[in-house]
Amino acid sequence: MATTKVIERKPLTFAEKTFLPQIATGLKTTFGNMLKKPITLQYPEERPVIPENYRGVPTLVKDPNGREKCVSCQLCEFVCPPKAIRITPGEIDAESEPDRAHVEKAPQEFEINMLRCIYCGFCEEVCPEEAIYLQDVFSLSGYSREEMINKKAKLYELGGTLPDKHYKWDKKKAAELGGNPEH
Amino acid sequence: MSVNGTSEMITINLDGHEVEVPKGMNAIEAAKLHGKEIPHYCYHPKLSIAGNCRMCLIEMGMPMRDRGSGEPILDDNGIQKIGWSPKPVIGCATDVSPGMHLRTDSKSVKEARNGVTEFLLINHPLDCPICDQAGECRLQEFSADHGRGYSRFIEDKNVKPKRTVLGPRVTLDDERCILCSRCVRFSQEVAKDDVLGFVDRGTYSTLTCYPGKELANNYSLNTVDICPVGALTSTDFRFKMRVWFLKRTNSICTESSVGANTTVWSREGKIYRITPRRNDAVNDTWMTDSGRDLFKPYESDNRLTHYTVDGVHKSPEVTAKAAADILAAGSVAIIASAHSTVEEQFLLREIAQETEASVSLVKHEGDGDGILLSEDRSPNMRGALLNGLIADLPADDLSSLASQIAAGTVKTLLIVNEGLERLGLSESHLSQVKVIYLGAFANAVSQNAEVVIPSLSVFEKDGSFVNQNFRLQKFFSAVPGPRGLISESGFLAMVVAGLANEQARSFGIAQLWDKIGQCDGVFHGLNWQKIPDEGLALDAGAIADLNFVETKNLKYNPASPKLVEIDSSGI
Repeated sequence: MATTKVIERKPLTFAEKTFLPQIATGLKTTFGNMLKKPITLQYPEERPVIPENYRGVPTLVKDPNGREKCVSCQLCEFVCPPKAIRITPGEIDAESEPDRAHVEKAPQEFEINMLRCIYCGFCEEVCPEEAIYLQDVFSLSGYSREEMINKKAKLYELGGTLPDKHYKWDKKKAAELGGNPEH
Repeated sequence: MSVNGTSEMITINLDGHEVEVPKGMNAIEAAKLHGKEIPHYCYHPKLSIAGNCRMCLIEMGMPMRDRGSGEPILDDNGIQKIGWSPKPVIGCATDVSPGMHLRTDSKSVKEARNGVTEFLLINHPLDCPICDQAGECRLQEFSADHGRGYSRFIEDKNVKPKRTVLGPRVTLDDERCILCSRCVRFSQEVAKDDVLGFVDRGTYSTLTCYPGKELANNYSLNTVDICPVGALTSTDFRFKMRVWFLKRTNSICTESSVGANTTVWSREGKIYRITPRRNDAVNDTWMTDSGRDLFKPYESDNRLTHYTVDGVHKSPEVTAKAAADILAAGSVAIIASAHSTVEEQFLLREIAQETEASVSLVKHEGDGDGILLSEDRSPNMRGALLNGLIADLPADDLSSLASQIAAGTVKTLLIVNEGLERLGLSESHLSQVKVIYLGAFANAVSQNAEVVIPSLSVFEKDGSFVNQNFRLQKFFSAVPGPRGLISESGFLAMVVAGLANEQARSFGIAQLWDKIGQCDGVFHGLNWQKIPDEGLALDAGAIADLNFVETKNLKYNPASPKLVEIDSSGI
């Protein structure tokens, strides 16, 4: 059975009764912060500096020649833990895009459901073509659920172009054009 | 397991363990029998041995004997010495013999595999991200097991033609080809259409069609199935979906009475492809190209999607009651179908008995190709016979039906999945009788029917068929049917209950089979669980002596329809 322990309260001293030292201590903190450089931002007028490797909204990027990098291998769709990504693979039309026909495959549609996305960055990590990046966009909103599903056009608009060190497919095309003397 | 008709077992030593294997089996199959995988590309259990990929290298040794006297040579402990071959041998072309010693995971075997893998990857384009084979690629799997993870090859890779169109259904990516020649052997030995071959030498070797010909036979997509890498791709399935997303469901091909075992690959209710499933008693590991397209008609807008009574959409229960009321009036003729499952035919027979209806059936015949396409283009003619739905093979035409309608002896028609032209009837005939139509697609019959019962496709329901060899084979639903539809067997069970004035109960396929198993006849004592995945050979008795239309094909011999020739050592 619980017992009640009565704690004896000490009577206040004279200084405590006046409250003045406590007020002075409090005002010291207040005036100290008034004179310091503010640590908050006047968001949204002021924007924070986004560090490198920040995991913002996933986006699709184009190569420096403005060509689509994604080949719709669907590894991001496979690895995505909340199943936010949905890709409809398709074949590149050799007639309309002759300079990219050797890549053969590109997404017809690419959807990332931002209501599901948990910004884990697995998609960026798994991408064999370095086509998907989590960039610096961190705030997004919409009036409907449909608006929160980023379609392919939106993803490229958000992604823009990133420098490419490899030019894998250009090398491949050069080899194809050079070819073997036997063929 | 028997090989070449014998079942003699011999003892070999596999990685230090004495094991029993059938005589004459090769080392790959013998090792597989005991849970050891010997990696291989060119070897295929249903094709001849080529031995050109060199991936299945193993160490082989035989007990030593003195060359002169034939006496065993013993070591100091009195045990017979093993004479190991100085270099590894290929497992596919090494048939086991008594006392043979095999090492499948020794250091030198692993080194041999690593070497072969490195050579195969020298000119491989490594375009797995855009390759359809990724996920089911033997080269990808064995590269993970036996590859070094990086390339020592600094020279330029060989360039070969990509996207070569070999035929209407097959596209070739030559860079990925490892020259195993499975497709060449398949075309020669199984399809008997020798159009493929290699040209040029060394790393320039290229798979091509004979000039002026193309890979267009009805078995061309089997080359895609057996291709261990992504060189041969199906033009239809190309870039449609990665295989790791697809759910596999066992099914049966409905193209002909062969009843090829198939796997249906689907994702989220959509079928992407159909591939053959190995069954040595039915289709080995092959199927026709035409059988792979059978899911496509069911995606059309022409499908029936609503239970309809007099043109008004109704619930299945109300429709079943309406159908039972019409049937109960008598003078019924049932046009059954050999495309229905055993279960549906069983219930139709019950309806026929209840209403004293005459049952006839329409033939669907075409030319056979002697391999896996038989003359009877319906999957379940023998099921209808075994069920007692029909007593004899169907007549050539149903001309008597029109006269019976004209004479007024038939007042109600229950038609299963047939169009007007096959029935030999006209719309004016239909207007004289009440018509109940059960089928998947809208046609002239459904438009003139009082009761329309939409049916599910073979991919959307569970059931079973009896094939040309009287083999009872079951299939499972891979994708859901149109919303609101129940299986035909469930619906017909409600009609049967309605005719007997019983409360309709919903039936599962297992409960239905409990009922079928209680009836006399060939299905007596069977239930749904007792039908194995590879099928069950039934004893057809006198029905087997009927004059069936099938001629000799891969697994069917008209002289002895019940005997299946299993010709190879496969497991």
